[in-house]
Amino acid sequence: MDAESRYDAVVIGAGMSGLAAGIRLAQFDRRVLLLERHTLWGGLNSFYKRGGRRIDTGLHALTNFAKKGARGAPLTKLLRQLRIPWEALALGEQTFSEIAFPSARLRFSNGFGLLAEEVAAAFPAERDGFARLVRAIGEIDPYHAGEPHESGRAFLSHFLSDPLLVDMLLHPILFYGSAREDDIDGYQLVILFRSIFQEGFARPEGGVKRLLDLLVQRYRELGGELRMKSGVRRILVEGGTARGVVLEDGSEIAAERVFSSAGFAETMLLAERSVTEQDVGRLSFLESISILDRPLASLGHRATMTFFSTEDRFAYRRPDALVDTRSGVICASDNYAAKEASTEGVLRVTVLANHDRWCALPEAEYRAAKESSAHAALDAASRFAPDPRPHTVFHDVATPRTIRHYTGKLGGAVYGCPEKRRGGETGIENLHLVGTDQGLVGIVGALLSGITVANREALLARETG
Amino acid sequence: MNREEITAAVVDIIQTVAPDEDLSDLKPDVKLREQIELDSMDFLDIVMELRKRYGVHVPESDYKELATLEGCVSYLGPQLEGLQGKSARIAAR
Repeated sequence: MDAESRYDAVVIGAGMSGLAAGIRLAQFDRRVLLLERHTLWGGLNSFYKRGGRRIDTGLHALTNFAKKGARGAPLTKLLRQLRIPWEALALGEQTFSEIAFPSARLRFSNGFGLLAEEVAAAFPAERDGFARLVRAIGEIDPYHAGEPHESGRAFLSHFLSDPLLVDMLLHPILFYGSAREDDIDGYQLVILFRSIFQEGFARPEGGVKRLLDLLVQRYRELGGELRMKSGVRRILVEGGTARGVVLEDGSEIAAERVFSSAGFAETMLLAERSVTEQDVGRLSFLESISILDRPLASLGHRATMTFFSTEDRFAYRRPDALVDTRSGVICASDNYAAKEASTEGVLRVTVLANHDRWCALPEAEYRAAKESSAHAALDAASRFAPDPRPHTVFHDVATPRTIRHYTGKLGGAVYGCPEKRRGGETGIENLHLVGTDQGLVGIVGALLSGITVANREALLARETG
Repeated sequence: MNREEITAAVVDIIQTVAPDEDLSDLKPDVKLREQIELDSMDFLDIVMELRKRYGVHVPESDYKELATLEGCVSYLGPQLEGLQGKSARIAAR
């Protein structure tokens, strides 16, 4: 093979984790090739254009908000590692968000005071337990891979006796990143509790493209190579060691190391290993996106995110039906602080969906089901936010089939498989996982995942070479 | 490079790795991590920059030598003294 197609590292997937890993590897002077199947980068957190508008995909909030230079904050750390100035993100903070159940409502905002007050007011008997929970969360180091895989629900229930409060606190946490039904691993709960409740939400002005542009620019400045429309057909493994990849066009690329953001099961299949049903996540989503002719604030809706449940016991599991509209997330993207006030509103509603049922539908039925399921989701959401339909100038729907098509995630499972490999290990030498299946979730988690796996590789290579 | 130049070179690297820190009052004999926020990932970057800029290879077993600014200068001195510092390079032009 000629020297042209030899790399120190090949990274599969130009999503957040792949881009971050690529940047770090290039910073370590590795010759890096980043491969992306689609025409746009971003993976689960990307964007597309319709009718002159740029529309973000994914959950549309950056968690882990931190002010500039905030000590010890994950956002500070990762910006430093990627050498991206804080100002460049132009973060606009949320107004406030809310968890809305039939019997109670809890608001929270960036910083932690509001949630603590609201819990104390709505659940006076839980005040002490909640304080102990917060202390315990402060004492755990969830990034230490040795933490046991305790159930997150059991952890919360250890401090809180009211199942309603446990379910309410779990709602945003599970919807924001759990690959397990009705539960989440304990260390992920701690990370997400901090990310969502103690740090909070912000949005780069103009959307996710601003962050993606910064990452791609940084990667290219460092000499990294990015190839679009270059899907990987196979990971070459010889004698238990990864040697490179074969692209869909049949060309071979040799590499010392392969980093894959495709997911555990997806990566194993590329490496021609077998996977079991348990390796594929069960949780997928349907998302309805409405663009309104006016901002949501003008309709009296000021919350940025609304985590709703129409029942006090909320279910976070794969529905038997196409969708489960009893619970979901409403995101009002225009309710982030921005320099330029928006003239339009953007309302997204996300509900749980059954990937296999969506994929089994014949084309005509699929289209009809997309419409009717989106309306069912909007009907449910309209109990907690204004009904966007009378003011809608553009409407789109993403189903598990859409998610699978654009992300390659088996089962349309955006949060990957339930069993995380925290060291990024695959059982194959020189093949490392980055992204969701490494156990860190959200945009900040994905970036940190790429950074930490690439750093570890760089350290190991230095010791051996 | 003399000791002053090595100190300036190390401070410059720390500033690159941690652009938001104020390094004007760094005490030479106090651990860097007690004065500014530096985690193990940042430390890795300092070592990486030393290699990139000056070709100095610091094995992991020697990281402890770099805990203070004074330690950095003593440890790097023998490896950097043959190199010309920025001021020397400018003067030589």
